[in-house]
Amino acid sequence: MARALPYLLLLPASLFLLAFFFYPFGLVVVESLTRGGEWTTENFSRMTGHWKFSQAFWNTVWLAAIVVPVQLIMALTMASVVQKLKTGRSGLLYIFAIPLGISDLAAGLIWLAIFEQSGFLNSILHAMGVIDRPQLFLGYQSLWVIFLAVCLAEIWRATAIMMVIIVAGMGLIPKEYNEAAEVFGASRWQRFTKVTLPLLRPSLQTALILRILMAFEVFAVVVALGGTTLPVLMGETFQWQFQLQDRGVAAAYAMVILGLSVAFSLVVLRLLHVPKGARI
Amino acid sequence: MAEIVIKGVAKSFGAFTALHSVDLTIADQEFMVLLGASGCGKTTLLRIIAGLETPTHGEVWIGDRRVDHLPPRERGIAMVFQNYAVFPHLTVFENIAFGLRMAKLPQAEVTRRVTRTAELMHIEQLLKRYSGELSGGQRQRVAVARALAMEPDVILMDEPLSNLDALLRLEMRAELKGVLAESKTTTIYVTHDQVEAMSLADRISVMNGGYIVQADRPTQVYRNPAARFVGSFIGNPPMNFLPAKRSENGRWQVAGQDFEGPETAAAEFAIRPEDMHPAEAGLEAEVRVVEPLGPHTLITAQVAGQPFRAVLESDRAITPGEVITLAPIPDRIRWFDPETQKAIA
Repeated sequence: MARALPYLLLLPASLFLLAFFFYPFGLVVVESLTRGGEWTTENFSRMTGHWKFSQAFWNTVWLAAIVVPVQLIMALTMASVVQKLKTGRSGLLYIFAIPLGISDLAAGLIWLAIFEQSGFLNSILHAMGVIDRPQLFLGYQSLWVIFLAVCLAEIWRATAIMMVIIVAGMGLIPKEYNEAAEVFGASRWQRFTKVTLPLLRPSLQTALILRILMAFEVFAVVVALGGTTLPVLMGETFQWQFQLQDRGVAAAYAMVILGLSVAFSLVVLRLLHVPKGARI
Repeated sequence: MAEIVIKGVAKSFGAFTALHSVDLTIADQEFMVLLGASGCGKTTLLRIIAGLETPTHGEVWIGDRRVDHLPPRERGIAMVFQNYAVFPHLTVFENIAFGLRMAKLPQAEVTRRVTRTAELMHIEQLLKRYSGELSGGQRQRVAVARALAMEPDVILMDEPLSNLDALLRLEMRAELKGVLAESKTTTIYVTHDQVEAMSLADRISVMNGGYIVQADRPTQVYRNPAARFVGSFIGNPPMNFLPAKRSENGRWQVAGQDFEGPETAAAEFAIRPEDMHPAEAGLEAEVRVVEPLGPHTLITAQVAGQPFRAVLESDRAITPGEVITLAPIPDRIRWFDPETQKAIA
């Protein structure tokens, strides 16, 4: 009985997950592979045949490829600084964590208020005399501006989550390792690359996987800033499901996002693998 | 040549003063032990010498260079940490090689030094392992090998044996002494274990409350404590202290007995537990506890209402409640000034 107790206590949550996650998930898988009750790959060929697919795919991948490394470097820098603080540490952490409390749609709208034709950026540039009339930044003629705005909004919004995880991870590294490295001749940068980073691998795994999954699911920020001008995978899923009423193709898109997420999670796990016996 | 000179080094953490103006000279190739209870400032002093802590005042010289403004890596030191600090993400080989790689030594030299120090510390069969796969004693050996591989002028050790079990500690102690004597480095070794200090040191610096109370050879520290604190801290059981009164004839009255003493107004009588033998005349001790230790018997008694310990030959049977008379060996009696707590010569 005593041995079964933990499992019994976890049973409701497990059942809940099975019922409300795995079952619908199974349904989506089936949905993506059937059409009119027949097993087929037509959903996927329809998806890839559409002119927006490759744009959406590459936009999503490029967004992740730019946003995640920038965030990683920023989060590591910020965490290292926060780590060194003697006072005011938790206060700063709260400030950094404020964007975490805002939904991605709200974040997108905040950045829209900056970039739109009557937005802050236009007002400031006009007031400084740089431009004589409001500019259309987020138009379809200048996709790269939308792309840049999305990158900025994403970086602003979700760097804190990585930083919080990395700060926690850095707190777990005994300071003697750093001191030993210092005594044995490592410079500040070498201590960071040869001691802190390798010992931080478990936290980096968590932070990167979490962040990469979020990056592949980017949606509301893109919609707020660019509507459908800048197609992304999640946006296309939404389009096919609700505008085009084609659940099969929407499910196929969902499968693509899932595939990307799993593939990159595996890559991160592999790259940041810590051999047994080499853990703190 | 690496003589270490510490001049007026002081360290405060906010309102707390960890070190009050410490002066100390450690000769080239000397094995100096900093001994004291926790919080006495010994680790702070070591960390200041290492460069991991900045002194509030004072100078640190290693060799002929003033180093207190230099980072640790420019001081020509190596260090063994209390928790070993063997990097978990590196193999034993890479741990020992860490400092050599930082110094950008050629691979052949790195391999030569790692192999040599690993053999010296008997860990050559562990070179491919990670620290998670090692026992505490093995990690300790890696930490020492890593320091020796640097071939430094000075090795600093911060309670290196305190995390080992008693038997292993004894074994490592003897081994460390041999290895360090061989390496011809100047060693500063921090410990709170007086036995460790006595057995390893060329000289011991006894520290208390941020001061160095006495710095001398182990036997001197033991036989001639410079202060009451040293007598009460070193020795197991520690020194006995009894109040003394000047009598009219110029001699000293201690627990009803007459002793020759110093020419001062006030003094406290002190004697080591093993420096007495049962005799016809002497201090009257009411025995409370008798602990046979094999070669000796440890007696806990009361003399003139004060707790008092004696280590006696075990051939005579003594029972609790008995009153015995103990005669101190005259030239082993020490006197302390009750005011300053310092020894009266």
